[in-house]
Amino acid sequence: MSTTFEAKVVGFLCNWCSYAGADKAGGAQKPYPHNFKIIRVMCSGRVEPEFVLEAFRKGATGVVILACHPGDCHYKTGNVIAAGRFRLLKKLLIQLGIDEKRLIMEYISASEGERFIEVITKTVRDLESLETAPA
Amino acid sequence: MSDKPKIAMYWASSCGGCEIALVNLHEKILDVDAAFNLFFCPCLVDTKTKDIEALADGELAITFFNGAIRTDENLEMARLLRKKSQILIAFGSCAVEGCIPALGNLVPAAKYFDPIYRDNLTTANPDNIIPLNKSEIAEGSLGIPLFLKKVRTLGQVTEVDYFLPGCPPEPHRIWQAVAALIAPDGPPPKGSVVGVGPSTVCAECRRERTDKKIRRFFRTYEIIPNQTECLLDQGILCMGIATREGCGGLCPEVNMPCTGCYGPPAGRLDQGARMTAAIGSILDLGEVKGLGEKELHGRIDQALGAIPDYAGTFYKYSLAGSILGGREKL
Ligand code: SF4
Ligand code: SF4
Ligand code: FES
Repeated sequence: MSTTFEAKVVGFLCNWCSYAGADKAGGAQKPYPHNFKIIRVMCSGRVEPEFVLEAFRKGATGVVILACHPGDCHYKTGNVIAAGRFRLLKKLLIQLGIDEKRLIMEYISASEGERFIEVITKTVRDLESLETAPA
Repeated sequence: MSDKPKIAMYWASSCGGCEIALVNLHEKILDVDAAFNLFFCPCLVDTKTKDIEALADGELAITFFNGAIRTDENLEMARLLRKKSQILIAFGSCAVEGCIPALGNLVPAAKYFDPIYRDNLTTANPDNIIPLNKSEIAEGSLGIPLFLKKVRTLGQVTEVDYFLPGCPPEPHRIWQAVAALIAPDGPPPKGSVVGVGPSTVCAECRRERTDKKIRRFFRTYEIIPNQTECLLDQGILCMGIATREGCGGLCPEVNMPCTGCYGPPAGRLDQGARMTAAIGSILDLGEVKGLGEKELHGRIDQALGAIPDYAGTFYKYSLAGSILGGREKL
């Protein structure tokens, strides 16, 4: 099926890991999907559940939270807190009739520029096929 | 007829508890009566909608509007009373943020009647009869109010001057709000939330708090809480932490967890999101260094497992007023 649908994807990237990873990818001139909109936060623990709901209300196809690997958060436990909120938000989204696959959390370190590209390219593609899949 | 300023109290989609709360002003209700003429209140006095229609615009000094907007009749009354009132107060949780009626927003509109009229085990309805807006019968046509697709708050359908939360608002808070309206230094700014405190229920709760580390949650029947420690510290899902101050901490005072009836705290849009934020930060997940994603998320899901009906618990009173307002597609 031909897809003309372009997803709007909001990514909250932790300054210390995935944002640095994204920077690295950018520095190496690696292309990544232009419809992945990056918001830099100081830690994934800064991502208030309100931010996620607000993004969906405003029409985001997907929301992606990228954090440091477990145990590696710059502020020790920010990413674990974010993970707890993420799991709980998914359960709420199901009840609110939003496909839980539209909320994604991944752990990407500063050195994983390649992986950053892979993850978000795949995520954007997945979200687009989700949206165009026959109901 | 009396020339005291006219006031009204009207119930839209509500249970009537707000009227009880008003009567619970006890002898102060006499002061209200001395100062005002309670012109319209279907629960207590016998004037009709046509009497409201006959008033000049703005002839009602104050209207306390309780109940959510569920039907087209609720909507019409909200607009009529807005027109006829100088001050329109969203009175109680249903009018302020949707309350129990708004839990209907978790169900697609087409299925809304099913649990009662079709699926209920003790219901036999072979002819598939459900309430209709208009029915033709031999004697003519009959109408009942139309159910709208989505439950909305009063503030979502018309301009509201003040918001008085609570399910129902505590009588001393109602009094405080009324007193503020007629205070010599002028009423609070329009759009204010009145009859509340600045913080959360925890600020009024007398239980001792420690650093929260929750391994699992308990439902109220699974545990006998001790009388002194914070209920949330004990693993009981107390919404006080994500609920506006105002009630005096009534429920935790008697060993019951707060269920959130005063809505989200000041400056916050979404009570469920607040509770999600709080719970995410108090789970005890042990050592996580080197843990894979699957394992970490597994531990979290296990800790959350005992919570029943997430949306129904976190948005029991505030779904219509929340960021998403209910299901994405109704
Ligand atoms: S969470 Fe509940 S029990 Fe604990 S301090 Fe707050 S209101 Fe009191
Ligand atoms: S403790 Fe919570 S549920 Fe109980 S009256 Fe106060 S705000 Fe309402
Ligand atoms: S600093 Fe990266 S997730 Fe906390």
